[in-house]
Amino acid sequence: MNFEFIENILPLVLALLLAMAVPTALILLSALLGPRKDNETKLSPYECGIQTQAIPGDARHRFNVKFYLVAMCFLVFDVEVVFLFPWAVLFQKMAWGGFLSMLGFLGVLAFGWFYLWKRGALEWE
Amino acid sequence: MLSGENIVKSVSDLLHQLYAMVGLSAFKGVLDPIVAAHVMFGFISVFVMFLVWMERKVSAHMQSRIGPNRVGIFGLLQTVADAIKLTIKEDIKPVHRDKIPYYIAPIIAFVATFAGMVVIPFDKGMVVQDLNIGLLYIIAITSFTVIAILSAGWSSNNKFALLGGFRSAAQIVSYEVPLVLSLVPVIMMTGTLRLGGIVEYQSQNHWFVLYQFIAFFIFITSATAEANRAPFDIPEAESELIGGFHTEYSGVKFAMFFLGEYIAVIVSSAVAVTVFLGGWLPPFAFLAFVPGFIWFMIKLLLVIYLVMAFRWTFPRLRVDQLMDFGWKVLIPVAILNILVTGFCVLFFGKGV
Repeated sequence: MNFEFIENILPLVLALLLAMAVPTALILLSALLGPRKDNETKLSPYECGIQTQAIPGDARHRFNVKFYLVAMCFLVFDVEVVFLFPWAVLFQKMAWGGFLSMLGFLGVLAFGWFYLWKRGALEWE
Repeated sequence: MLSGENIVKSVSDLLHQLYAMVGLSAFKGVLDPIVAAHVMFGFISVFVMFLVWMERKVSAHMQSRIGPNRVGIFGLLQTVADAIKLTIKEDIKPVHRDKIPYYIAPIIAFVATFAGMVVIPFDKGMVVQDLNIGLLYIIAITSFTVIAILSAGWSSNNKFALLGGFRSAAQIVSYEVPLVLSLVPVIMMTGTLRLGGIVEYQSQNHWFVLYQFIAFFIFITSATAEANRAPFDIPEAESELIGGFHTEYSGVKFAMFFLGEYIAVIVSSAVAVTVFLGGWLPPFAFLAFVPGFIWFMIKLLLVIYLVMAFRWTFPRLRVDQLMDFGWKVLIPVAILNILVTGFCVLFFGKGV
């Protein structure tokens, strides 16, 4: 086992546990302290104006495919960004060779981005 | 001399004596981080409450109002009163909710943003854990807020919450890319992801805002969008979507989302200060007698004030304008910035 690694992440884990414990405790506390006066209208989903559905406010519908598309575009770009990070750390050691190969990589990416734009994937109406 | 490093050292010496008295000195490797995490948590809790008060005061002055002034001096205790009030409010549980995600979402929203604070250096050596991949860690862990927002929107089973959640996720995800790209040129120049190392690099050269003004602009813009703050607060546009993804949340669960948003502002401003504005460094060498953590706090408050000023000066963008700005302006500019920086670093030699 790598001891240094555990020593490095121990404060993070502890901070995370603390940050998880406090909101949980507060939510439990408010469940204890708060009044309980339920009625049907209060517990139904918030709705505005005329009720248009059988189950008021029910939100299990199909949703716009745009959101899916944005998520796909994000995945492509985010993976590329993750690839950029180690390159950026070693950039000055690799000098021109690293720069030129990254130029090629970003060129391919820019082409993909341009294609997305021309196909209308970035339009939002 | 009063400095962050000395304060940390004397406090830890005191603690180690205390452990020895109680006979726990064998566990100091575990106890020290526990203390550090608690100190950071306490600081953040108080600072968030101060910021909520500050935001209300700033907005009041911008609109020629007085703002909160009843509870405590200058209304400083207003947020404390609000927090207590929210805790003893009724916890409304909508009938159609999905139980588990509905409860977990506010906790994630709080944890994900708070976890980012752990690696921020307030002064030389004044940090809970100066990770060697600090910058990557912050970016990774703060993007967990998307999960909180999506699960809040979905589990509420309310069409406004669902739409707000989707819009919010689409926005955060779109602005994540320019945000991360704007940090790459800085890493190329410093060659390290450790936040302390980035500040040390700036102590030998100039602050990065002088070399990388475009990156600073992109970072602040995308960080504002990431935190779902105006002018990018479409997910919470009251006139269209009621409260957005937290429409169905009330009481202390709502407070968690609210606190999470403010901590997100603190984290992104702290990263902006550390990376672009020299962290704990004084602006001029002759001002070095002022301790570093005071400089850090001054800069942090100035950047937060800037973000607050954005909120009350710019009108809200439309969804298509928002997406266009992110994908068609910020991303290409950020990529060009990386290429230009790379060229300059190699052509003009190290450190520019």
